[in-house]
Amino acid sequence: MIEKLPELVNGDERLVWRGRFLTVDFLVEVGDVPYYVSVQSGRITSVERGPFHTRSWRFAVRASAEAWEKLWEPIPRPGYTDILGVMKRGEARIEGDLQPFMANLRYMKEILVTPRRLRGRC
Amino acid sequence: MTAEIEPIVGRYVYLRLGGCPHRIYFEEAGEGIPLVCLHTAGCDTRQYRHLMLDPAVTKYYRVLAFDMPWHGKSTPPLGWQEEEYRLTTEAYAEAVMSFCRGLELDRPVVMGCSMGGRIVIPLAAEYAKELRAVIGLETADQVQSWFDNTWLHRPDVDGGEIGAARVSGLLAPQSPEETRWETLWGYMQSGPGVFKGDLNFYFYRAESDFRDFMARIDTKVCPVYLLTGEYDYSCTPEDTKRTAAKIPGAEVIIMKEMGHFPMSENPKHFRSYILPVLEKIRGQK
Repeated sequence: MIEKLPELVNGDERLVWRGRFLTVDFLVEVGDVPYYVSVQSGRITSVERGPFHTRSWRFAVRASAEAWEKLWEPIPRPGYTDILGVMKRGEARIEGDLQPFMANLRYMKEILVTPRRLRGRC
Repeated sequence: MTAEIEPIVGRYVYLRLGGCPHRIYFEEAGEGIPLVCLHTAGCDTRQYRHLMLDPAVTKYYRVLAFDMPWHGKSTPPLGWQEEEYRLTTEAYAEAVMSFCRGLELDRPVVMGCSMGGRIVIPLAAEYAKELRAVIGLETADQVQSWFDNTWLHRPDVDGGEIGAARVSGLLAPQSPEETRWETLWGYMQSGPGVFKGDLNFYFYRAESDFRDFMARIDTKVCPVYLLTGEYDYSCTPEDTKRTAAKIPGAEVIIMKEMGHFPMSENPKHFRSYILPVLEKIRGQK
């Protein structure tokens, strides 16, 4: 699912526009599998699947595969409406230099749930 | 006149709060039992506009809502520019009771949401004889801190943008798009540090204080109704049930397909839960 972020995000003009001031490299972990996501002015320029050695990133969003699946349900169940909810449940961690994440919180939350679109509804 | 004009009327009242004069904005609609509505953190009275336009409510209730100092159209106190705004239990209770007394409301019902839902506990404990009932929406005696709120007030993060993004997951996915986004628009409106300052009260951790308040509530004198949305992950249904268990006689209603802002995120759905409560309060002696 994370590998599909470029097509899911870049085809959404308004979403890219909301991220227009964000250029950053960050990590997404789905269980043990890390993905290195590069963003250039709101556009996802690449997603690479790890493992990575001695690679730098600004922030990381980590959750179990089960938690991501629940976050991506077309109509999420209570507690899984956004990544902050999953974090509050103790099933996700958001770590590193969070300034770019927080300054672009709506954009970051929205790109992380774009896989819902592949399941019927966003 | 051909344009439609809503029956909601807005005015200003002068109240002395914390020893300082305040110009407080309030709105009202309807006639009957006073129903004072308290907005959520970082927001204002607009959250209750749908309730104020509901004839099933305004036929029996005089619905009033005021903007807390620093919020909406109420001004902050003189000298605010040198202050860090931090809401306390005492200041919040004083504002609500001063409003009720200043307007000479006869035993009003007080209904609040989120931080407004939390203040109704001390109000029911301390001012039971002056109140007809309290209704807490998304009420918890303790709210577990889950976010570093310093992000809400710093120069390298836009306060309006992050305010809305921080709470958007608290709304139910089933709530209509239009009212969901109007609710979030409200979260983009407050002055710098106001949302964060309100959360000082919302996440206040003096457990002993609230335990004392809950122990002193007599629901025979001041009935307590607590309604919480199943999608609220800030104040969860479990938080509300735990709170109610400490207040003998408190009634709990868990609202399906509802989030943290019932009156504004899904007003039509909220009616089905709040109208029976208001009817019950009307029938009480």
